[in-house]
Formats: sequence, C-alpha cells, structure tokens
Amino acid sequence: MNTNTINLTALDYSILGIYILVVIGIGFVLKRHMKSASDFLLSRGTIPVWVTGLAFLSANLGAQEVIGMAASGAKYGLMTSQFYWLGAIPAMIFLAVFMMPFYYGSRARSVPEYLALRFDEKTRGLNAAAFAVMTVASSGASLHALAALLHLLLGWNYNVSLIATSIVVLAYVLKGGLSSAIYTEVLQFFLIVLGFAPLVIIGLNDLGGWSGMMSKLPETYAHSWKYVDTTNNPMGVEWFALVFGLGFVLSFGYWCTDFLVIQRAMAAKNMGDARRTPIIAAVPKMLFPFIVIVPGMIALALMEKAGSGYTIPNGVTGETDYNLVIPSLIAHYLPTGLLGLAMTALMASFMSGMAGNVTAFNTVWTYDIYQSYIASGKSDSHYMWMAKFATVGGIIISIGFAYVAKNVDNIMDFLQLVFGFVNAPVFATFLLGMFWKRATGHGAFFGLLCGTMAAIIFHGISSPMPLTAGETVPWIKGAWLGAHITYTSSMAQNFWLAIVAWSVCFVMTIVISLFTKRIRTDEELKGLVYTLTPKIKEANEPVWVRPAFLGVIVLAAAVILNIIFW
Amino acid sequence: MDFDLRFPIGILFTAYGAILTVFGAVSNGSEIYKKSLGDNINLQWGILLLVFGVFMLTLAIRARRKKP
Repeated sequence: MNTNTINLTALDYSILGIYILVVIGIGFVLKRHMKSASDFLLSRGTIPVWVTGLAFLSANLGAQEVIGMAASGAKYGLMTSQFYWLGAIPAMIFLAVFMMPFYYGSRARSVPEYLALRFDEKTRGLNAAAFAVMTVASSGASLHALAALLHLLLGWNYNVSLIATSIVVLAYVLKGGLSSAIYTEVLQFFLIVLGFAPLVIIGLNDLGGWSGMMSKLPETYAHSWKYVDTTNNPMGVEWFALVFGLGFVLSFGYWCTDFLVIQRAMAAKNMGDARRTPIIAAVPKMLFPFIVIVPGMIALALMEKAGSGYTIPNGVTGETDYNLVIPSLIAHYLPTGLLGLAMTALMASFMSGMAGNVTAFNTVWTYDIYQSYIASGKSDSHYMWMAKFATVGGIIISIGFAYVAKNVDNIMDFLQLVFGFVNAPVFATFLLGMFWKRATGHGAFFGLLCGTMAAIIFHGISSPMPLTAGETVPWIKGAWLGAHITYTSSMAQNFWLAIVAWSVCFVMTIVISLFTKRIRTDEELKGLVYTLTPKIKEANEPVWVRPAFLGVIVLAAAVILNIIFW
Repeated sequence: MDFDLRFPIGILFTAYGAILTVFGAVSNGSEIYKKSLGDNINLQWGILLLVFGVFMLTLAIRARRKKP
C-alpha cells in the first residue's frame, strides 16, 4: 500500500471534527463534577451500569485489538474466536460472581491496593510498579501505531499526528478525569459498531453471503474447535494448551486482575452494579468476532474472488501485512462519508485506548506509588494536583515511548515479552489471596517472583518451531538457552509459558506461605478473603438481575455459540 | 452525577445521520457508489444512524422530564 491510498474529503474531515468536539465537550461538562482527587481518579458510585459495562468492554477494545483480531481472522479464520468465547467470557463471569465483591467491597481503591490490604506493601509495590510501566508503554505503543497508520494511509505528518492526538486526549482526560475516559469509551463502542458494521455487510454481500465467503476459504477457517488437535490446526495449538493456557491462565489473569478494566466496574453505583458490569460487557463481547474477526476472513476470501482487484497490502518490510486488513477494506468498500465514519471510529479507538491507559496510570501512580511511598498524609487538594500532574506526565511519557517504539526495532516486542513474564503468574496470587486465608505476604511476593523467573527460563529453553541442528531462532522468540522444548507456533509456546509460570507461582506461593507466619488477623482479612467475608445479601434484588443468574445465562449463550461454530 | 451520556450519543449520531442522509440524497447515482456495489450506502446507513441518534435523544429528554 502506497502512501495516500485513502483520500479524505471535507465531508470526512467534518465527521472526524464533530467527534473531537463532542469528546472535548464531554470533558468540559464533567469538569464541574471533579471536586476531589477521588472524583477525578475513581468516579466511585457515580456511573450508571450500562455505561460501566460498555466501558469495561471498550477499555480492552483498543484499535490494536481491532486491527490485530482482523489480522488473526485472515491468518486463522474463525478459530480466532477462541480469544472471545473461551478466552474472555468465562473469566468475565468469574470476576463478576466471585471476585468483584472483594474489589468493590473492600476499602481498596485499586487492584494494587487490594494486594496491600490482603498481603503487604512489597506485593503491592511490585504489582503497582509493573502496572504503571505497562500502561504508559502500551499507551505509547498505541500512539505510535496510530501516527504510523495515519502517515501510511493519509500521508499525514507523523509528528503532527502524534502530538495532535495527545492533545485531544489530554484535553478531555485533564478536564473530566476517569469519568471522561469512561464516557468516551462508550461513545467509541458505538462508533466502532456503527462504523465497521457496513464493512461486514457490504463485504458479505459482495462474496455472496456467509456460505459464499466460506466457499473461498479453507475448510479449517469455518470452525472454532473442530481442527484443534489435528495437523490442519491453523494456530498450531492442542486443546490442553488452549483451554488451560488461554482459557484459564491468560484470560483470568487479564480480565480478573487488570486494573484498567476493573477500574471501570469500581466506578459503578453499588455492589450489584459493579458485579453486573462485566456481565453486561460479556454480551457484546460475545458478538464482537462478527465485527472484528469476520473482516479478516472477508479480506482473504476477497483475494480469491475473480476480478475483485483486492489484495491484503504489503507493509514496510515488503511482506503481506495483515494489520492492514481493516484499513484496506475501508478503502476498498467505503465511499466518502462512511469512509470518514470508519476512519473516525478507528482513530477514536486509538484515542480511547490511550485515555484508558492514562487514567489507570494516574490512579496507580497517585495512590499506590506517590501516596504510599513518596508523600503520605497530604491534603486532598494536594493529591488532586498530583493526579493532574500524573495525567500530563503519563501522556508525556507515552509520547516518549512512541518515539522509542518508532526508532528502536523490536522494542515493543521486547516489552510485550517482559510484560508477559510478569503477568503470566499473577492470577495464581489473586486466586490464593481471595480464596485461601493462609496465603501470606511473603508467599505472594516470592511466589510471584518465582513464577516470573519460571517464565523467563521457560522462554529460554523453548522454541516456537522445530529446529534442525545448527538452526536458531532470534533470541526474542526464545531458545536462548537452547531449544529443549519445541512447538509448532509461537502461540502454543506462549500458552505453555503461561501455564508453567502460573503453576510455579501457585505451588511456590502455597509452599512459602506454609513456612511463613500470617501477619494479617482474620478480622483484618474480612472483606478480602472469601471464607472470612459475610455473604452478600441479595434478597432485595429479584432473581433475574442477580449476578450469578445473569452469569449462567451469558455462559450458556457462549456455549451455544461454540456449538454453532464448532 | 446529573450527566446523561445519552445526550452526547444522541447528538453525535443525529448529526452523523443527518449529514450522511443529506449527502447521500444529493450524491445519489454518483460514481462513488461503485465501491459499495452500487448501493447508496451513505443514504441507507445515514437513515439508520439518524434513527439511532433520535432514539437516544428521546430517551434522554424523557428521562430529564420525569425528574423535577
């Protein structure tokens, strides 16, 4: 794809302009509600549940997710839906039914703070520091991806795109804080759905409907489960790695412990709404494969269609760049007007992804790092000032990361690898913390370190592909201690890495806990551990709005989708 | 908080719907719709966005009226 392949008209620009006016307008309207640091950082108890639910979903639905899922759709077909139906829904329901009461019900204002109350300061510090770096790095990555894409597609200047986007995000986050970020995420949700749906509709029309599309694709592309464990398996993973690695360790580790998404639920009006937040999010999440994965399949089928004149474009390296599936389909099908809408949706999701990371970062920085270790016991206005300072700082550091990503090859792959090492074991810590009162601070902290170490070592001894003698893979892909274990895809390697890290952390946390003394009394752990917390009284709520009931219904729907697209 | 998100959603999509519907009507039969298989997708989708936007605005206004 050459530069300037998409030409926006004045009409398209006005559609983009209206969006920017509306989001900045939201920031200004919300400004008068921002009276204290906690209004700005937490929005606790103020946001209706349909909004927190859709924001919970959209916070994860950054542009990289949209673009990446379409790329996977083109590479693997419908098996990509495993990341939704297996790799998200069960974890979201588990969070709603079992874990949310401890986040929302305790005094914790953030996920790291939960660890401080449940275990000790060092466990919180470890989690908070890793999380803070991770959020600004992904915000920077998102910024870089957007600017690079705008440069490639529209011929916009990289630096100008980067700075202009940052200023828009800064404007609305600085005014309205977390509330601004949450409300614009919901706006972005509707934009993504209504901006990309025409693409899927026209694409399927063009190919002669679902069956017409499938007739041009390999048979393996039509199924979610059928080809797992066969040699035709597009992803190269077997069912155990898929179910345990993706469906349990990675999925629960993300959805049940990542403050970026949980922060949205914690802004809900009451406990019931906080618990219903992930369930509400799960409903559109379940249907998202049709908006983000199907375009990838459309793109591949379209290349097979005689006379379509479409190919998935090459990237800067000269190889097919699957990340360009969505932009190239937009250029192929959408006339000016809808083109502007789809491009606005794409940019909106980059911006809201950045806003989400920045609002999670400023909270963890202000409460878990600044207030805990640098300056405790200051006035609320002092922390309000710090929160705003951290917002500006977070955006400046993101810009810095964006330039690092632009100039240092593979740096983002490296950071992702490191975050993978840190995140893989973390769900074991939360699971034991919430459901086993004997787990101690030393156990949690050193268990986590052991899990991370195990992940690093496993990466060193495993290879994402079989190697013949003398053959090597780049160290970033593993096997830098020799290829002792080999897989047929980097996905399989990654799932197994997660399984190993989680298991080591789980076992070591138990062992170390049994050899160390509990420092928290039962009284202190009330509200933080399952067996020591009084059951939530739900008697005043009708059965059909209770989280467990709704959760079972959503799970059943996910099972049905799995069966239909088996 | 007395902020109702249905207002901005309604305003945004009513504006988008109106713009696309008008542009679609004016540009009917134009070359630009070759891309979208000959369908005037701006007009069709514009009407849908307009309906959605007006629906959201209606909900927001009704909710505001109920409150004293």
